[in-house]
Amino acid sequence: MNIDKKITDDLVANDISFVTTVPCKQLAGVIAEIDAHDSIYHIPSNKEDEGMGLCAGAWMGGKRPAIIMQNTAIGVTINTLATLIQYYRMPLPMLISYRGELREPIACQVEMAVHTKALLAQLNIPTYHFHNQADVEELDAILKYTFMCNKPVAILTDANFWGGYGDQ
Amino acid sequence: MIRSDVLKEIAPILREQLVVCNIGIPSQELHAIDDQPSNFYMLGTMGLASSIGLGLALSQPKPVIVIDGDGSVLTNLGTLPTIANNVADNYILLIVDNGSYGSTGDQPTYAGQKTSLTKMAEAAGCERVIECQAEDTGRVLQEALDAKQMTIIVCKCESGNAKMPPITMDPVVIRDRFMKTVMA
Repeated sequence: MNIDKKITDDLVANDISFVTTVPCKQLAGVIAEIDAHDSIYHIPSNKEDEGMGLCAGAWMGGKRPAIIMQNTAIGVTINTLATLIQYYRMPLPMLISYRGELREPIACQVEMAVHTKALLAQLNIPTYHFHNQADVEELDAILKYTFMCNKPVAILTDANFWGGYGDQ
Repeated sequence: MIRSDVLKEIAPILREQLVVCNIGIPSQELHAIDDQPSNFYMLGTMGLASSIGLGLALSQPKPVIVIDGDGSVLTNLGTLPTIANNVADNYILLIVDNGSYGSTGDQPTYAGQKTSLTKMAEAAGCERVIECQAEDTGRVLQEALDAKQMTIIVCKCESGNAKMPPITMDPVVIRDRFMKTVMA
């Protein structure tokens, strides 16, 4: 299974046509796939809170958005999640590279990894954790759930899911 | 002229357009001067008005006017390259540059000192950047709408705030009536 294509196909099948990204090495393949897809407007953002602002505007303009980012960005975006996305009740699928988990080579990444789920739980953000490749089968249902309830929803994708980080 | 004088003058132009308005006193002033369902008031999240407006402009064809401030643009400076590289000709960013953080007590911003937001927007790659004095804002804004070209307006005005009440409207109501106007 080409995981990058599967994720992109699920986004497109759920009518997601506006995707903002802040890169991560693990996400490079899916970002390239999205960038190449005709039915998705790919708009790289310089910081994840900026990206969430873009997504909020796109949704109010009638497009279904998504953001792709690293889990370190949870630390950047708490205010935006609380006072924009949640306060105005907007849907936002967040496909998140869950750095700092098993097979992580960079020690500093662990420092935000240990806070990631606690912060998402504190924000009452529905959170799904993809650890094995087969977990991606739930993505379609998660996207439908996100646009059903108009909430930000986190999909954490760890190194094991991506087939390792730096040791592939 | 202070910001509220500028907003009063351009209210007849704004009334006909989709407007995304910056957090704090700017939204309170616009709400008190001329509340419209076509106004999206930011109640929180300093800095993101220009980003919300860009996402909106890229996703539908109606003109979008963002009323931002120098302090808020400085908070989200990464927005300028994103705007420049994702051209939406229905997008107008009106930066009311009074050189101060108006909503927090008029502390000076760097835009009122050595930093030029006009030059920063140009350096970011924005192609139509117009700096004007407060008195000329209405004319420059109307010309930007007529030009149908992405425009960044840096409106230099005096620091100061009108005394207006907070917005008590529920955020979901603000968003819902705004979206209905977008779709209309």
